[in-house]
Formats: sequence, structure tokens, C-alpha cells
Amino acid sequence: MKKTVFFGALAVAGMAAGVAAAGTLDDVKARGKLNCGVSTGLVGFAAPDANGNWEGFDVGVCRAVAAAVLGDPTAIEFVPTTGKTRFTALASGEVDMLARNTTWTFTRDVDLKFEFVGINYYDGQGFMVPKSLGVTSAKELDGATICIQTGTTTELNLADFFRANNMTYEPVPIETNAEAQQQYLAGACDVLTTDASGLAATRASFENPQDHIILPEIISKEPLGPLVRHGDQQWGDLVRWTLNALISAEELGITSANIDELAKGTKNPEINRILGTEGDLGGMLGLDKQWAYRAIKTGGNYGELFEKNIGENTPIGLARGLNAQWKDGGLIYSPPFR
Amino acid sequence: MSEQSYVRDEMLPELPPPATEVGIIGWMRENLFSGWLNTILTLIGIAIVYMAVSAALPWFLNGVWNANSLSECREILQGKSGACWGVIRDRFNQLMFGFYPHEEQWRPVLAFVLLLVAIAPILFNPMPLGMKIGWGGFILVGLWLLRLTGAPTLAYLVFLALALPVFHEKMARKILFFSALFPFVMVWLMWGGSAWYVISALLGFVIGYLAFRLLEPIIGFLFSIIVSVLVAIGWWFFLTAPFAAWMAGIIPLELTPVESRKFGGLMLSVMLGVTGIVGSLPLGIFLALGRQSDLLIVKSISVGFIEFIRGVPLITLLFVASTLLNIFLPPGTEFDIILRVMIMVTLFSAAYMAEVIRGGLAALPRGQYEAADALGLDYWKAQRLVIMPQALKISIPGIVSTFIGLFKDTTLVSIIGLLDMLGLANAIRATTAWNGIIWELYLFIAFVFWIFCFSMSRYSMYLERKLQTGH
Repeated sequence: MKKTVFFGALAVAGMAAGVAAAGTLDDVKARGKLNCGVSTGLVGFAAPDANGNWEGFDVGVCRAVAAAVLGDPTAIEFVPTTGKTRFTALASGEVDMLARNTTWTFTRDVDLKFEFVGINYYDGQGFMVPKSLGVTSAKELDGATICIQTGTTTELNLADFFRANNMTYEPVPIETNAEAQQQYLAGACDVLTTDASGLAATRASFENPQDHIILPEIISKEPLGPLVRHGDQQWGDLVRWTLNALISAEELGITSANIDELAKGTKNPEINRILGTEGDLGGMLGLDKQWAYRAIKTGGNYGELFEKNIGENTPIGLARGLNAQWKDGGLIYSPPFR
Repeated sequence: MSEQSYVRDEMLPELPPPATEVGIIGWMRENLFSGWLNTILTLIGIAIVYMAVSAALPWFLNGVWNANSLSECREILQGKSGACWGVIRDRFNQLMFGFYPHEEQWRPVLAFVLLLVAIAPILFNPMPLGMKIGWGGFILVGLWLLRLTGAPTLAYLVFLALALPVFHEKMARKILFFSALFPFVMVWLMWGGSAWYVISALLGFVIGYLAFRLLEPIIGFLFSIIVSVLVAIGWWFFLTAPFAAWMAGIIPLELTPVESRKFGGLMLSVMLGVTGIVGSLPLGIFLALGRQSDLLIVKSISVGFIEFIRGVPLITLLFVASTLLNIFLPPGTEFDIILRVMIMVTLFSAAYMAEVIRGGLAALPRGQYEAADALGLDYWKAQRLVIMPQALKISIPGIVSTFIGLFKDTTLVSIIGLLDMLGLANAIRATTAWNGIIWELYLFIAFVFWIFCFSMSRYSMYLERKLQTGH
């Protein structure tokens, strides 16, 4: 890095020996650090604390992958990306994976050549309005001014919803979630729309949350998940199964508290396979046997991550809802470890 | 005639002017209430000021400093209006240094105070008396800041050794030598690593210069310039790294390396601003001269560059730096993002600078150019001794405006995911503790920027007064 600092422009020509052929896993191991693209700040999902440590639900996924690959959940370079820069950052190799509240859509998966490795949060787009507006349903929003984040799927969903219901609206384009909050509170728009999780977090931060209601309509499916580049299947598998390990761990009752106990060997063969006391699943991924053990130990299983960052005991206070395990009536479901 | 009435045989003393014409009342009559229209406007103005102050002042003064989250603030305030300054206290270090490691934060502080030391002899020479008192205050503040961030003893000594001579006019000249070296010192302090890389990069310039001096008598001016540039580039490309590694093996001069991803906050803005300012002025001068040149290629390159850059918004250039370059460069190429942004910001302001300076050149009477020619000065001497000093003096307000604009433009980097103060404000507001805070953060940021921009603007006024040659 030192060299590039000094010779920058000159060095570009000279150092053009970069190789794309090497796998991402080898790159990460050689670098000793995982470059993980996160949001520049989204309540509960990713934000730096006063000491500059990133925290949040999406950050938890990054840490689990770093722990699985490098054995150190802190060996991460968090690269803050905006809605506009996130895909180029991933496509150009600036980040190895993106865990940034990104909706899995057809075009992003197919046309932009990314690989969504799973879903860590099922979200949907909702509306928040001041109670004083007297609106109880999104169908009554004809002619409203709406604060909307540009460059996101919410923008497109909104247009679709209003067209389908034969209504008109006045968009107020904004760049970030924080800005949206402020515009909405200042009365620049009647309605704030974004993912329901974001609305809940925003509402929780208001001085008088009871003055605002979230309308019952959820107008879109927003499956949010981590993604990697197309074409590096090994790396994609690794991130996918790290996420699945967190999910399976909750299903099987592996928590950060009892994991050391369970890692000594249990009667449940699937737990044993995940924790590496039976078989060699890690070897197939190009990792050691303990990979999932480390990933789960870092921040706990999926449910623990949820409760710690966005669950009902946090100021954001999201219920599990769709994000409960399939056994509890939610959609969170991991394929078996076998 | 004896019934003579009273005759005054002395002058009456002058009466003081009526109370309504002098002092505060007189001033108000003249300036605020000089007619019915002005009276109405004054009253409306007072009403507006009163409303604004009476709304904001209690909020401002009733602020809570010792809270660790917004909800704690609201609890303490119990529904009263009040600012939550706790966020500034809680996140002060982050707003200043970004993610720069805590125990290394004396390095940016040292770099910053040394920056002021490096530019002081350039900006103020000789120092007026008031400035000397200010300089003494600055030294104390500098020492205090170094202490706050836990700097090693050596840092104090270096700072004092360089800052004290600035008081003395002749000694200050010697500091100019350090001013030239400062960019290298700054790079080493900020990024850390082995000092030998910086030193051997610097040696490239020395080697190039020596080669030029040696070769000039033998192969002439033009060829010796070309050869010496090639020699310097050759040194940078092939010998710098081995030389630095070799020297580091003998005498290690190490600072903990800090990656540019860790840079942020005010520190990032100042770094971008300073490199932009330092880089764009000389570049702008050359572009302005190039644009006026009679040489077709030089002229068309200058015009093309200026018009291209001025035709493109800075945000576009920043996006090019952050995303497009990533796609064009081979994958795996490590081309520091901060360096990319620095180059873009410098090029951007250089184009504007060129036009400001061209304005100064155009304002000079033709006679100045002819007089310089008549004295038998060659092109560069004429520019250096006659034209530029006058043209730059005329352009001072424009130049400083460009600087101020450049410094404020550095906040645009938050759009490409670099966390300057505005970007950090966003990130801070995304934490659960501070979600929902608005005014306090932005007021603080505005205040910090105001300090910097206002000082620059005052300095430009001082400089104009100092260089005033009219009567």
C-alpha cells in the first residue's frame, strides 16, 4: 500500500499485474482480511459505535464469515457503501461480499451478475404517516407527497403500487434514511415510505412515536440478503453456508452460550456435522472443520443476532414475524447440513 | 448712548450637539430610523431576530452534555426544550479523526500543527506584533492538543523546535526549508510505515536535480531535463522499494501503518483541502499561462483540460474516482481511494484556479508585459519577477474564494462512501443510541466549517491590505 501512496498514478501502469483468476477465498486468506461492504449507516443493521467498531445485524453476517474463513471476527475491513456505489464496489472487487440490506431481485441476480446467497431478513415496503393526517389505509393516499429514497427498489414499488391503484403522488427524492427521517418530521412530505423495518426504527427514534402510525399495507416483497459476485462458486457457497449455519444453529438450539458444550459431541448427528465433530463439511468448502463453530460462536446464532440488534428488546423493537424459524411459522429455513 | 444694552464681547462656548444627534441615539436615528420605511423595516427586523433568538437560545443553553443516548437526553430534559450536546461529546473523536486508531491520534494532530508551522513563514513574514502573541497562543494550544492525544516526548520536541523559530524573522526563513519537506513528513505521519519509503521517494527529486545539474553543461537544457526526469522515474520505479527495505533493515524508523480506509471526519476534509489547495495553485498558474501561450499544443491542452473539468460536476469526477476507475483498472490493483480523490479534487480546483489567475493576467496593463520585455527578461523571469506577483495580487479574492469552495466541496466525498464529518453524521444517526438527532450534529459541523472558512477569508483580507500598493 505504501508504494501506491507515493507513486499513485504512475504505479497504476506498473502494477497492472493484478489477477482475477485467483479465487476470492484465496485472496481473502492471503490478505488476512475480509472486505465487507456495508451500509453507511442503517439503524440496527450497520452503524459504527463511538470507538469505530461496526455493529448491527448485517455486520453480524460479515463477522460470521470472517470468523469462518480467517478465524478472527475482527479481521474485517468494513467498506461503507451508498445505494449508488454498492454494486460497483462489489463488481470491481473492492469488496468480497456485500451485506447491505440489498433486496434480491431478478435483475440484480441475473443482469448485474451477482449471486444472492440467501435471505437474512424478509422485509416489505410500508408507509408511515402522521396520525393527524387521519389516514388509515394506503389506498387513501391519492395525491400525497411521499419521501422516497432514490436508487432503491422502494422507488419502483411505489410507482407500481400507485399505478395499479390508479392514484397519483408527488415524490420527494432523498438520498439517505436519516435524511428521510428529517424531511418527514419537518413536514416536507406527508408520507414516509421504506422497508417496514426501517419505518419501525425511524418511528422508535421520534420524540412522540404515538403521533405516527405505520399503515397496515405492505406493498412489496423485500427479501434482503448478502450477495457475492457471479462466477466464484466456491466463495458463494462459503458465504451461503455460513449464513445457513447461523440459521440451522438456531433451529437446532446451538447458541453462543452452549456451543462449547455441544462441540464436545452430541447425539444429534446434524449438530455434530455443523460443529465439525463428525464428517468434514468444512473441508469441502476449503476450510477447516471448526469453521461453523467459529461463525456461530462469534455473535451467536441467527436468533441471537436478531434479538441483539433489531429484536423486541432493542429500541427498534421488531417482532420476528416472517423472520421466525419455519417451525414457528416464519420463513427462515436452512437446507440440511448433510 | 449710555443706556447701552447688553453687548456680548466674547464668543459663546460651543454647545454639545442635541442628544438626538450623537451617541447611540444619534447613530440609531441615522442608521435605523431615518425615515418611515426604514423604521418599519427595522422594527420587522428586530421582531424576526427576537423570535429567532427567543426560540433558539433556551434550546441552545438548556443543552444536555452528559447523556449517552438520545433517550437519556429526553429523560433528563423531561419534555423541556433543550439541545442534546451529548452526541458531540460522545462522538467528538470520531468526528475529528474518523476511524483513525485511538492511540495513534497524536499523529494527525502533530501533522496539523506542523502544517501551520510550515505555512506560517509563507503566510506571515514578517510577523506583526499581534500575530506574534497569537502564535504564542497557538504553540500552547498545540502542546495541549498533543498532550490530550498522548503524543510521545519526541513529538513535543519536534513541534517546539520548529514552531519557536517562527517568531524570529530570519530564523523563520530557515523554516521555509521545512515547509518544502512538509508534504513528505505529513504522508509519513498520516499513513505511517517505514520512513525510508518517504525518504527514498524524496531522494528521487534530489537525484533528478543532481542529474540535471551534472548533465546541463554537457548535453544542454532540454535534453538534460528529459534525462533527469527519466532518471528520477527510474529511481522511483525500480530502486525506491529495495533501497527503503535495505535502509529499514539497518535503521528501522517505523510508525504503525494506518490504512486510508481509517481516515475520516474533519481530518479527511483538512487533508483533502490542504492537498487540493497546495496542488491546485501551482497547477492553476501553469494552466493559466498555458492558456495564454502561443504554442499551439500547450495552449490546446490547457484549454481542453480547463474546459473539460469545468464542464463536469465534481460529483461526477468523484464517482469516476471511486467506481469507474475500479472497473477500468485490472482487478487487484491497489490504488488508494483517498489518493484517487485527492487527485480528482486537485485537478478540479486547478481548472477553476487557472481561470481565476487568467483573470488576474488579463487585468494587467499591456505595458507591464512590454516593460518586462524591454528589461530584457526572458519569459520565465518576466513571469516570475513582473507579471505573476501583480497578477496573483489582483486575483487574491478569487483565489481564496476557490480555496474556500474547495474546502467545503470536500464534504461531497460522503456520497462515495468516505466518511467525512457529514458522512459520519449519517452513520452516527444510524446507531440506536443517537437515532433521531438532527440539529446538534449539523450545527456543530457547520460551526467547524465556519471557523476554517472564516479564517481563510480574514487571511485574504489581511493579505490584500498588506500588498496594497495604491495610494
